[in-house]
Formats: sequence, C-alpha cells, structure tokens
Amino acid sequence: MATALRPLSRARSADRSIGRRLTNLALLLFFVGPMLMGVVGTILPALGILPQLGGVRFSPEPFRQLLEVPGLARASGLSLGTGLATTALSFLIVVALAAHWHGTPWFSRIRRLVSPLLAVPHVAIAIGFAFLIAPSGWIYRLLAATGLAGPLPPDIPIVQDPHGIALILGLTLKEVPFLLLMMLVAMGQVPVRENLTVARILGHERSAAWLAVVLPQLYPQLRLPIYAVLAYSASVVDVALILGPTTPPTLAVLVWRGFQDPDLDHIFWASAGACLQLGLIALTILLWRCGEVAVASLGRRRILAGWPGRPPVLAAACAACGSGAVVVISLVGLAAMVLWSLAQRWTISSAFPEGLSLNIWRQQLTGEAGLIGTTALLAIASASAALLLVIAVLEQEVRQGAKAQRRHRWLIYVPLILPQIGFLFGIQVLLVVVGLDGTWVGLVWTHLLFVLPYVYLSLSEPWRALDPRYERTALCLGHSPVSVLLTIKAPLLARPILVALALGFAVSVGQYLPTLFAGGGRFQTVTTEAVTLSASGDRRVIGVYASLQMLLPALGFAAALALTGRGRRVARANS
Amino acid sequence: MTAGLELDCITLGVGGRPPLFRCFTLLVPLAEIVTLIGPSGCGKSSLLSFLTGTIDPAFRASGRVRIDGVDVTGLPPERRRIGILFQDDLLFPHMTVGQNLAYALPPYIAGRQHRRERIAAALAEAQLSGFEDRGPATLSGGQRARVAVLRALLAEPRVLLLDEPFARLDQGLREHFRAFVFDHARVRALPVLMVSHDPADAQAADGPIITLSAPT
Repeated sequence: MATALRPLSRARSADRSIGRRLTNLALLLFFVGPMLMGVVGTILPALGILPQLGGVRFSPEPFRQLLEVPGLARASGLSLGTGLATTALSFLIVVALAAHWHGTPWFSRIRRLVSPLLAVPHVAIAIGFAFLIAPSGWIYRLLAATGLAGPLPPDIPIVQDPHGIALILGLTLKEVPFLLLMMLVAMGQVPVRENLTVARILGHERSAAWLAVVLPQLYPQLRLPIYAVLAYSASVVDVALILGPTTPPTLAVLVWRGFQDPDLDHIFWASAGACLQLGLIALTILLWRCGEVAVASLGRRRILAGWPGRPPVLAAACAACGSGAVVVISLVGLAAMVLWSLAQRWTISSAFPEGLSLNIWRQQLTGEAGLIGTTALLAIASASAALLLVIAVLEQEVRQGAKAQRRHRWLIYVPLILPQIGFLFGIQVLLVVVGLDGTWVGLVWTHLLFVLPYVYLSLSEPWRALDPRYERTALCLGHSPVSVLLTIKAPLLARPILVALALGFAVSVGQYLPTLFAGGGRFQTVTTEAVTLSASGDRRVIGVYASLQMLLPALGFAAALALTGRGRRVARANS
Repeated sequence: MTAGLELDCITLGVGGRPPLFRCFTLLVPLAEIVTLIGPSGCGKSSLLSFLTGTIDPAFRASGRVRIDGVDVTGLPPERRRIGILFQDDLLFPHMTVGQNLAYALPPYIAGRQHRRERIAAALAEAQLSGFEDRGPATLSGGQRARVAVLRALLAEPRVLLLDEPFARLDQGLREHFRAFVFDHARVRALPVLMVSHDPADAQAADGPIITLSAPT
C-alpha cells in the first residue's frame, strides 16, 4: 500500500515550494551560515591560520602560547564551577518553587513578577546587585544608618570575590526567571493537575508527587533551556566583568582580554582560548548529563523501594523561598540603581540620599543622546528582521509539520548553547572578508543571531495555538496564503507578535560582546557604556546607563501593550 | 464531462498505520447532498480537508479530485473554489460582520457601492439586515451560524462541504438552520458533501447516505 501513497507535498503548487526554499535560504544566509563561519573562523586562527595577520601555516603555537597564559587553569576551573553552580542553584530554586507552591496564589504572584524581570538586561541586574551588596552598597548603608554596622565599610572583596560567588549569585538572579518561564511553557503541555490528582489519590504528598510524577515528564522539554543556562553562565563576559573575579578572571574574560589586546598577535592564543571555551562548555554539559542520569536512576530506585512520601518539607520550603529572594533582590537592586542615578549626595552612613535631582541625567543625556538613538535603532532593526524570519519559519512549520518543528527547535538553540566568545571572533573575520565590519548592516546581522532565538521561543507557542481552521476558511474563500497571513493571522496574533518584537528589542539592547565584535569599536550602546563605566566607580553615572538599559526595554513592552490595547478592548466589547 | 464533485480512488492514511480510506470513489451530482456517516476517528474530517487542500502534512494521500470534470488536486486551496462550513462558525473575531462577508466576496465584483449592496442583499436573505457593523461576538449562536453560511456562499464556491456544521446547535435551532443551508445550496445547484454522525441530518438531506466503519 505504501508504495501507492505519495507525499502530498508533490501535489502542492510550485509557489509554495518557492516560499519554502526562500525561507530556508534566508535561514541559511542570516542564521546558520554566520554561526558555522563563526566557529570555523575561530578554530582556524587557533591553528595558526589567519592570513590577515600573516598566519598562513598550520601550527600548534597558539595553543602553546595559551598554556603559558598565567592563571589559565584557575580561570578554566572558575568558568566550569560558575556554570555548574549557577545552573544547579537556579534549577533547584525553580523546581522547589513549582513543587512546593504550584497551584497556590504565591505561585501566580511570583510568576507575574518574574516575566518583566526576564526583559531586564543581565548587565542592569548585575549592576543593581553590585550596588546592593558592595562593601559600601545599599545594604551596608541601611545597616550603618540603623547603627547595626560601624562607620567604616568592611575592607573585603564582596563583589568580584576570588571564588566567583557574587558572579554565581548575580547570574542566578537572571537565570531563575528564564528557567521558570521555560518550566511554565513545559507545564502547559503536560496534564499536570490530572497527574497530581492521581498521585495524591494513591497516597503521595503534594510536592513529593510533583517530583516523582510531573518533573520527569517536564524534564525532556527543559533540557535545552538548561543547557543554554549552563553554556551562558560558564562563558558570560559582561556580567563577569562586573561581578566576577579579576586575577585571574573567568576563562571567557581572559580570552576577551586577549582579543582586545592592542598587540594583534594575541589574537592567535585568544582564538585557542575560545576553542578551549567551546570544549569547556561541552564538558560542562557532559557533566550535567551524567548528573541527570544519576539522579534519574536514584529516583527510580527510590520509587521501587517505596517513595518516602514526605520529602524534607523544611528544606523544600527554604528552597522555594529562594525564588522570592530572587525577585526581591532583583527589584531592590534595580531600585538602588535608579536611586543612585538621582542622588545629589549620599553619605556612607545614611539609608537614603540627601535630595534627588535629574542633574546627572541631564548632564549625561545632553552629551550622549546619539548613544540612545544607536541602541534603539539597532534594536528595532534587528528585532524586526528577526520577526520577519521567525514568521516565515513558523509558516513553513505549519506546512511541513512536526518534523520541521523539531529541526528548528535544535537550530534555534545553537546560538544560545554556543558560547558567544567561541564564535564572535570568527564572525568578525567573516564581516571583514565581506566588507561589512563596523557597518550598520554587519551589526544588525550579528544582533539578529541572538535576537532570533528569543523571538522564536516567544512567538512559536501562540502561533501554533491559533485554530488552523481560521486559515483554512480564509483559503477556501479564495485568498492566497500571503494575504491570509496579513489579513487574518497577523491581526489575530497581533498581541503575541508585538510582545515577541518587544522581547527581541530588549535582547538586542542587552547585547555587549556582539556589539563590540561586529561594531569594530565604532558603535556605543547603553550596554557597552554601562559595562565600560562599571569599572569607574562613579555610581551616579553608572546608575544612569544601567537605568537606561532597563528603561528602553520597558518602553518597548509598554508600546507593544498600548498598541494591542485597542484591539483587546474591541474584542472585549464583542464578547 | 461529469458535472459535480468527483472523488476518484482516494487513499488516505497516516504514516505506517492502515489507510483510513482505500481507493474511495464517489460522485456528488449537482444539487445533490451526499451524507457520510460514521464514528469519530474514521477519517471523515480528514477526507474533507484533503478535498479543500488543507490536510495536515503528516497524512499521505493519493487519488484525484475533479469538479465539473476539471482536476483540482494540484491546485492550492484558494483556487479550488470549494467552500466549507465547520462545527464552529469561525467568523474572524477582528472583523465586523460586514467585513467578514466582504472578505469572501470575489475581487471581480468591483466598486465599493456595488460590493456593499451585495452584502446588504445577502444579509437581508438571512433576516440579518443592518448587521454590517456588528462585531461577531455580539451575535447569537444562530445568527453567527447564518453569517458563516452567507460568507461561504458569497465566495461563489462550486462545491460545498459541511463538516458537522449542525452539531453545536440546540434541537429547535438545528432544524431551522439545516433547512436554511440546504435551501441555499439547492438554489445554487451546488454539489454538497456532508459528514455527520446524526442520522437526522442525513434524513433531512434527502440524498444518498454512505455509512463508514471505524478503521480496522
């Protein structure tokens, strides 16, 4: 029988296969291609090949030089430790929250607070955190003002501590919201309530039932997001520059210093370091995978031996409170940041600044208005380009079904799992070769790589959830697929489309390394400025740029919601 | 030339499972209503989406679909001129009733005024005069169902498919609405293929009935 059946696609008209080819070509040209070239363009210099700098023969020299870099072993260990510790801590907090508080009002409260935090760039959260915990930070000032601390701040490195603890905590603040959101998406696809009811009727306590019955079903969907968190926290540069140790720094920062060195010969060992970073990420993921297997088999054995039914409730409650702490620390940190940018005078022993003013803002903004324009323009351009590409990809998925969906999911996660430092130099080389380095086009193209995954993750669920019969009805009324997309699907999905656009905007605003690598030092954004200034110690100026980092995405989301607000009112009046 | 809708040896299946239809052949003449009756899961709706050209890509299918002797199997859905009504009215919620109907009106009917008159005439036929600017959500279930029929017919289809369009309506409304749909289809001499699991639908259609069994 099977031989008599032919795939339907052959019966489809030619214009649809042209659409598919165009989408695949665009995906290859703007997304897959640059990433591959980026990795290749980083590996070749590590092997001595970079004709622009006179490297024309394969040689082990770059790796030999890398091994001589002082502190390399410790830097690598720090990166590995940061990656594993951040991911384990964030995952633990999210699991405890879901297991312990799922279905209670607290869960929905935290959930509502967490989504906006997701849109705040990493750097802003890190700066806020530093403003809070630094020896002369807000916490110390509050203690000093109430007489609980002495008049002189302690002389210990709380921020940039040599073991990277501040870095781990700062990253956790940002990874918990991400993992929680991914967990919520996964929970939407598993009948959680029914599973829990069955398990509890069988006599299991709520959170124990959640761990034994729900988590194993969710985990496969969480695996890619978790690997992204592992890779990100083991290779981050911007946050590590603010919160991480300095002598030696983490591997990614060490490599970044090599790339930045005025002596261009350092690029060879830095490329070797980027390759080491790629290997390190692979090792981190492998270790985590071993942990997965061990925990799963331990869990299965516990079930066979009789599930205890009562996990240490106190420990679970504490861990669940971790999520509350994440929200509170993030928000207070952001508040500290804004407060500092407005402070006229803030003595070390007072809880609040003496007088607020917009002087610093006025001073900075008159000089640097172009910087905000650059940031916004770049973000709008890359988010719009990403949106167009994502919509084309989603439309292809509708036509090609589940197989295309799985392929795209893996593809989309590649730039999230590859460390930025591991392929951005290759992209810079690629841009130099095609003559686009330091241009707007090159910059937007590079941002697109990092913006696109988030736009896809945000838009794919609502896109698939739209009743396909609307499209079928419109097609049967005689409208072409493009026209149906514009007149039916886009208006019906206006809200998720604009939210995805705002998220893409926020992601672009937060980019540090891509802007520096692709911009050739010619473009400054609020994020590059905030990171550069973070070493200066002038909290009021840093506060201005970190606040701008938070304000721009917030304006993006406000615009998205305002634009869809009208449509929603119409829909509500209708119902 | 054979007038009407012709299904020529249609085989339809998913992956490695046995096909839902094996060389299914059927002729629906003009102005006749053929009813397919069968349990859920026997592939009735999949057959209809194969006819409209909107079937899920997971399906593998073969066979030809002809309308008035012309093979439409290779045509995209928007050029087949096959109208379909589903269980839900699926009025586009972001458009008014008038806009929903205008969306169906073929482009050759030109001129704003002319198009507006056509829509007004259609609404009058369904005792819905003056409903142009209402939002679909402000209409009752029966009104919405009638607008959906008007919309499908304004597109001037050559075939009408009915995918259990009466299942959601309550008893009194159902008979009334069924008569409304059938009358309009007969006036236009449309070949109609209806799938249903309500024997009363088949009786009212007063045409051939094909009973399908569950897949083996």
